[in-house]
Amino acid sequence: MRYRFTMRGIISWGTYLPFRRLDRTTIASVAGSGGGKGTRSVASYDEDTTTLGVEAARVALRDCPDAHPLSLWFATTEPAYLDKTNATAIHAALRLDSGVPAYDALGSIRSTLGAIRAALDSSSTSLVVTADRRGSLPGSPDESAGGDGASSVLIADDASDAPVLAEIVAWESLTEEFLDRWRTPGDMRSRQWEERFGETRYTDLGARAIAALLSTTGLSVDAIDHLIVVGPHDRANSAVAKKSGVASDRVVDTLGTNVGNTGAAAPLLVLASVLERALPGQRILLLVLADGADAVLLRTTPAISQHKASRPVSEQISAGAPVAYGKYLAWRGLLPVEPPRRPEPARPSSSAAARNTKWKFGFVGSEDEDGVVHLPPADGDWSMRPMSEVLGTIVTFTIDRLAYSQSPPVVFAVVDFDGGGRLPVELTDVDPEDVAIGGRVEMTFRKLFTADGIHNYFWKARPVRVNGVEG
Amino acid sequence: MASHGIRDRVAIVGMGCTRFAEHWDKSADDLLRDAASAALADAGTSRQDIDAYWLGTAQSGMSGIMLAKALGLEGKPVSRVENYCATGSEALRQAAYAVASGAYDSAMAIGVEKVKDSGYQGLNAFPIPTDGTNRTLTAAAMFSMVAPAYARKYGVPMDEMKRVLARIASKNHANGARNPRAQFRREMSVDQICAMPSVAGDLSVFDCAGVADGAAAAIVVRAEDAHRYTDKPLYIKALSLVAGNGSGLTDPEYDYTTFPEIVACAQDAYAQAGVTDPRTQIAMAEVHDCFTPTELVLMEDLGFAERGEAWREIEAGAFDIDGVLPVNPDGGLKSFGHPIGASGLRMMFEVWLQLRGEAPDDRRISTWPERQLALTHNLGGYPGEMVSFVSILGSSLG
Repeated sequence: MRYRFTMRGIISWGTYLPFRRLDRTTIASVAGSGGGKGTRSVASYDEDTTTLGVEAARVALRDCPDAHPLSLWFATTEPAYLDKTNATAIHAALRLDSGVPAYDALGSIRSTLGAIRAALDSSSTSLVVTADRRGSLPGSPDESAGGDGASSVLIADDASDAPVLAEIVAWESLTEEFLDRWRTPGDMRSRQWEERFGETRYTDLGARAIAALLSTTGLSVDAIDHLIVVGPHDRANSAVAKKSGVASDRVVDTLGTNVGNTGAAAPLLVLASVLERALPGQRILLLVLADGADAVLLRTTPAISQHKASRPVSEQISAGAPVAYGKYLAWRGLLPVEPPRRPEPARPSSSAAARNTKWKFGFVGSEDEDGVVHLPPADGDWSMRPMSEVLGTIVTFTIDRLAYSQSPPVVFAVVDFDGGGRLPVELTDVDPEDVAIGGRVEMTFRKLFTADGIHNYFWKARPVRVNGVEG
Repeated sequence: MASHGIRDRVAIVGMGCTRFAEHWDKSADDLLRDAASAALADAGTSRQDIDAYWLGTAQSGMSGIMLAKALGLEGKPVSRVENYCATGSEALRQAAYAVASGAYDSAMAIGVEKVKDSGYQGLNAFPIPTDGTNRTLTAAAMFSMVAPAYARKYGVPMDEMKRVLARIASKNHANGARNPRAQFRREMSVDQICAMPSVAGDLSVFDCAGVADGAAAAIVVRAEDAHRYTDKPLYIKALSLVAGNGSGLTDPEYDYTTFPEIVACAQDAYAQAGVTDPRTQIAMAEVHDCFTPTELVLMEDLGFAERGEAWREIEAGAFDIDGVLPVNPDGGLKSFGHPIGASGLRMMFEVWLQLRGEAPDDRRISTWPERQLALTHNLGGYPGEMVSFVSILGSSLG
């Protein structure tokens, strides 16, 4: 890592865990094998890595209103599109200026480290967004060990937009070509070489990376307050942590019990869970074992004690609700279920969508001279009105058991937004019996459906569960 | 600027209406030929003697060529019109205005829909390319939001509300059971209807119009020529159309207990026809009962009941066939189904029968001939985003 005159590091973070949890004990009775203890997080049928990423990035920006990212990086192992950049949809949903470049870092878990490194090496504020949907064939170890989620960080020089909360002090990276886990494009599962082979290689790589980091920083292992070891090989992660010399009570729980291994999202997700409880002046060693080893040393600053994370990981974990294994399989496309006997929706028009990007992706309405808010925006209104962070109240609602949906029934509500504006809009992450008039909702970026390979992104509303914007 | 109307300037002198049914063995062209032949025979004229044609179809065909081909017309002006579920009424409106203008001596309005060839239940709109952010709810679900809103506003317990809505369906089924042209000819009790499972909001399939194929046609001429065709013409007193601008969907003031487009449309129609008290001046009404809550709200929007009172009036039987103002004496969309292009003209066909004393005894209204006006109401769209059509027809001039 090159020497810097200015402290550079994390000025905000945001995470997103989808609402549903799969109870691993329910797997084996259906699949015949697999499962285990605890739960894993499950993205809804209307979520992909792009929408998951948007949700996490919104939190990072919300918690640091003064941040103005000048670049965006998106990392995932399961991109919604190939050829086409996925980060551009995130860019649009976050309403970033077109002069802010947005790039994908795709395909491998290690991509996340590349994205962070690009942000770190930049001289301006950068937003790193990571998201993943991890799974495999029914009954497999990867199915129950995997998790879905997203995480993001804003990386900037201290005091450029906001104070650095965790300085990135040092980074040692080892790269090595060997085959432990791989997936052919188009396959829905990854394959793994004999587990012991990868474990052996990663144990060595991890130990070397930690040693190099301690050597360059002149620190002893006792100086590490929190050790995070994540990567695709869970056994190797545990083994490295155990042999690191870091006291076991300083080894961070990587959320396997309730969330699962979130792949490319895991490094920043687990790091966020530590930042949310870290004290000022603590050292965090983030070690990622993926096709090599990346050891990143962070140190929290006094400013972290003033920082309030609006959606802590711990609260998102406890806010989840169960999803039945059968529904999980159907959502993943692993259990073909009878589709609704309605015509499938037609693909959205690319050119029409391009004309309405602000509305479709940014959820920007308009306001007329009398202060009346129009959703979608009305011609001739004098100002644009971003609405994605505004809460609303359910005026009336209905349950549609006839409309086409990948997961019927459709729950639909008329929502009045605080400060003006009304929209009839679909609800998500909700059980029909829990909807009530007067219920509070927040907006969430989703995929309405996919037709002709086109993902139709737009916003839905969902009940406020964890710290709505109003707190 | 004003809506003057064409009161007493144009008359309907012949009508035809097919049975509304799942016509697996008939094409849209077959249905058009059946309805047109019946109307022409009724008026004692021929297709070449009709000067111009308006074809209403929402999605069973395109352009006037569809009708010109089906009827073998030669050199005739034929226009296809579409205005959502008010398409059939729109065809008549165009034909009547064309005759009133003096451009033609006679015209035919004909509407058809071949719904049952889609392979899906229900009505499915032709997909227009959009940005993908438009609502994808069914019409049933959109209208289902009316019932709880109405119940809350007027303090009607939801259990009672369900019975009120079932009462509407039961009444329309009772009327339809006596109509050989209706799709469903079985009476349904309130208890039977209340026992059905919900499909959208609190609505069951028995709160929804059926789905059927059908066609209906009307021949219009100048009023002064009417008696050359029939001794009992129906005079057009008013034709009103209002297309909403969709603002209700996003207007926080809108409360789902009324359809403002219909209120405006009815007022315009009453003004054209000189109607001041519809409840006592109108002998019968055919209204767009696409869903039971729709008919409930229509009773108030059309001025048949005071605001907040329609549910009591319905329970008291005010709109039954022997009530103070019979509504949907033919069985309505509930019994007929809703072949979109045909429905508006099917409503007029019932007026044609009732106001000429030709309805069969077991469903003949008793308000005529004391009252000589009838109303048809046809809507398209959803609460908050709607086209509304109202016609007033009379069996005498003046």
